[in-house]
Amino acid sequence: MILIGERINAGFKDIGAAIREKNPTAVEEWAKLQAERGADYLDVNIGAASRDPEDMAWLVRTAAAVVPTKISVDSTKIEAVQAGLEALDGRGCLINSTTADPGKLEKLIPLAVKHDASLLGLAMDERGSPQNVERRVENAAMVFMAAIEGGLPPERLFLDPILMPIKFMQEQTLNVLDAIEQFTHLSDPAPHISVGLSNVASKATERGRINRTFLVMAMARGLDAVICDVMDDELIAAIATAELMLNQEIYSDSYERAFQARRGLRRRTT
Amino acid sequence: MTAEIPDVKKTWPHSINTVTIGATATEGGTRTSTITVGGETTLPFYHFEGTMPNKPVLAMEVWDVPAEDWPEPVKKPFADVMSDPGTWAKRCVEEHGAELICLRLKGCDPNGADRTPQEAAEAAKKVLDAVGVPLIIWGCGNVDKDNEVFPVVGDAVSGENCLLGTISEDNYKTLTALGTAYKHKLIAASPVDINLAKQVNILAMDVGFPPENILIYPSTGALGYGIEYVYTIMERLRIAGLKGDKVVAMPMLCDIGIEAWGVKEAKAPESEVPGWGDVNERGPMWEAATAYVYLLAGADILIMRHPDAVRITKNTIARLMGGGA
Repeated sequence: MILIGERINAGFKDIGAAIREKNPTAVEEWAKLQAERGADYLDVNIGAASRDPEDMAWLVRTAAAVVPTKISVDSTKIEAVQAGLEALDGRGCLINSTTADPGKLEKLIPLAVKHDASLLGLAMDERGSPQNVERRVENAAMVFMAAIEGGLPPERLFLDPILMPIKFMQEQTLNVLDAIEQFTHLSDPAPHISVGLSNVASKATERGRINRTFLVMAMARGLDAVICDVMDDELIAAIATAELMLNQEIYSDSYERAFQARRGLRRRTT
Repeated sequence: MTAEIPDVKKTWPHSINTVTIGATATEGGTRTSTITVGGETTLPFYHFEGTMPNKPVLAMEVWDVPAEDWPEPVKKPFADVMSDPGTWAKRCVEEHGAELICLRLKGCDPNGADRTPQEAAEAAKKVLDAVGVPLIIWGCGNVDKDNEVFPVVGDAVSGENCLLGTISEDNYKTLTALGTAYKHKLIAASPVDINLAKQVNILAMDVGFPPENILIYPSTGALGYGIEYVYTIMERLRIAGLKGDKVVAMPMLCDIGIEAWGVKEAKAPESEVPGWGDVNERGPMWEAATAYVYLLAGADILIMRHPDAVRITKNTIARLMGGGA
C-alpha cells in the first residue's frame, strides 16, 4: 500500500498559519512525524486561500528540507504545481492532481513527464463529480489514454474514483468500490488506484471506524494507494492486516512489526 | 506466421542482502580468504534479467568428534582424519576445495559424548589454525547445551566473523547477544515454515540484531523427502525479498549432506537393494542431485559431505553461473 500523508495542508489551522507567517516549525514537525510513521509521500497543499505559486514553492522546500520522503504536490492550479515541482531536488514526486478535462491533461501530462513525476488523475471532468460507475470509468479511461499517449507509463499514474461522504451520498460508496475494480482492468500491470480517504467519513461521528472499514474493503477491490492520516495507528494496523489477507505479504505472528520494518521504521516505544 | 515471443523480463525493486563471512588479518581475524554471498537482484541464475554478483558457495562438514554414524561411502574419504577436526578440515579445503568449513559440534550433545564448551572451543580453534577459509559453527541441537557452549565458543573465535547457528523462534536471545558482542553472523532456522522463517528474523531484529547479518535456514529435505516443500518456501521468500520485504531479504543456507545421507536411497548398500547400483556412486549422486535442486531454489551456501558430490556441485555452479565445462 502506498501511503500519502495528508497533514501538510493549509486546511489545517497550524499549516495555514505557517504559510501566512512563513514560519517553518509546524510544517517541519508534520513532515518528520509522518515520515517516521512510514508515509511514502507527503501531500503538500496550500489550500484555496492562497493564489501565490511562491507559497507552494516555500511549503514544498520546507517539508523536503527535513525528510527524504517523496512529495505529492497538491493543487488544482497549474502554476502552483509547476512552482512546487521546480522547488524540488530531483526526488520522486506526485502531481496531485488533474481531472479528465482535456485542457488540464494536455498541460499536466507533459509537466509530469518533464519532471519524472507521477500523476494523480481524478475521475471527474468539467461536468463535475461522477454519480455512477460508468462516468467514473469513462473519466479514468480518458486520463489513462491521455497519459499513455503522452508517454507517462501506468506505473506512474494514480487514478482516483472520487470518494464521497457516506453520510450524504450513501449509494456512492458502492459505486466507488465497483469503479476501483474496473480501473484494475485498464492495463496489466494496472495503474495505481488512490482515494482521499477522509472524504468518506466527512461530517460523520464514527470517522475512524468508517475510514478503516472502507479502506479495507477498497483494498480488496484493488486500491493500492491512499491519502490519509498516517498517524492513525488503528488505520495502519488495518492496512497491515489487509495486506496479509490479500496475500501481498508473508504472514508472521509479528506482522505489524514486519510492516514497520519493511518501511524502515524503528520499533515504537509507546 | 511467426508467433511473437513476449518479453517476460522483470525488474525487481529490491535486492537480497549481501553477507560476508570470515575476517582477514586487516579485518581483525586470521582468515586468508572471506566469503561473500547474496546481493541477487533477480531469481536464481536469471542472468538475462538481473545479476547474481556472488556465486553460491560450498561448505564442507567437519565434526568435533569422529562421525561414527556417517554411512560408509561418505565416512571412507575421511576415516583417517576424523579424530582431529583440524586435519579433517584441512583435507576438505586442500584436497576437495571447500570454500568454508562447517564445524558441527555434535560431540557436545548431552545424549552423546557430552563434551564441554571448552572442548568445543578447542575444536573450533583447531579448525581455524588448520585452514584459512571462514568458519560456520553449528550447535549440537540441544538448546540448553548450545546456550552453554556458544558463549565460550563465540568468545574463542571472536573477531573471525563466523556464521553461528542456529537461532529459532524459541531460542534466539543468547546467540543474538553473542553475535552482537563478538561480531558473528547468525543462521535463523525454521522448520519448513515460511511464517516462522519470517517471525524468527523479526524477533532477532527486535532485540537489535541487524537483518544484514542473518542467513535464512528454511530447513532442508533430501531429494524424495519433502524437497518440494522447502523449494516452494525458498522461492516465495526470495520473491518477497526481491519485492522489498526486508525481513526476508536474506541469503539462504541449506544443510545438504546431513539430509541426503540420511535417506535409504543414498546409503543402502546394493546387497540390501539389488538393482539400485553401487552405493559409492549412488550416494554422492543423491547428495549432488539434492544440492542441484536447492541451487535452483535460491540457496547461497550449501553444506555438503562427500568429495564427489562437492566436485559435481562445484561444476554445476560454474555452469549455472555461465562458465565452466
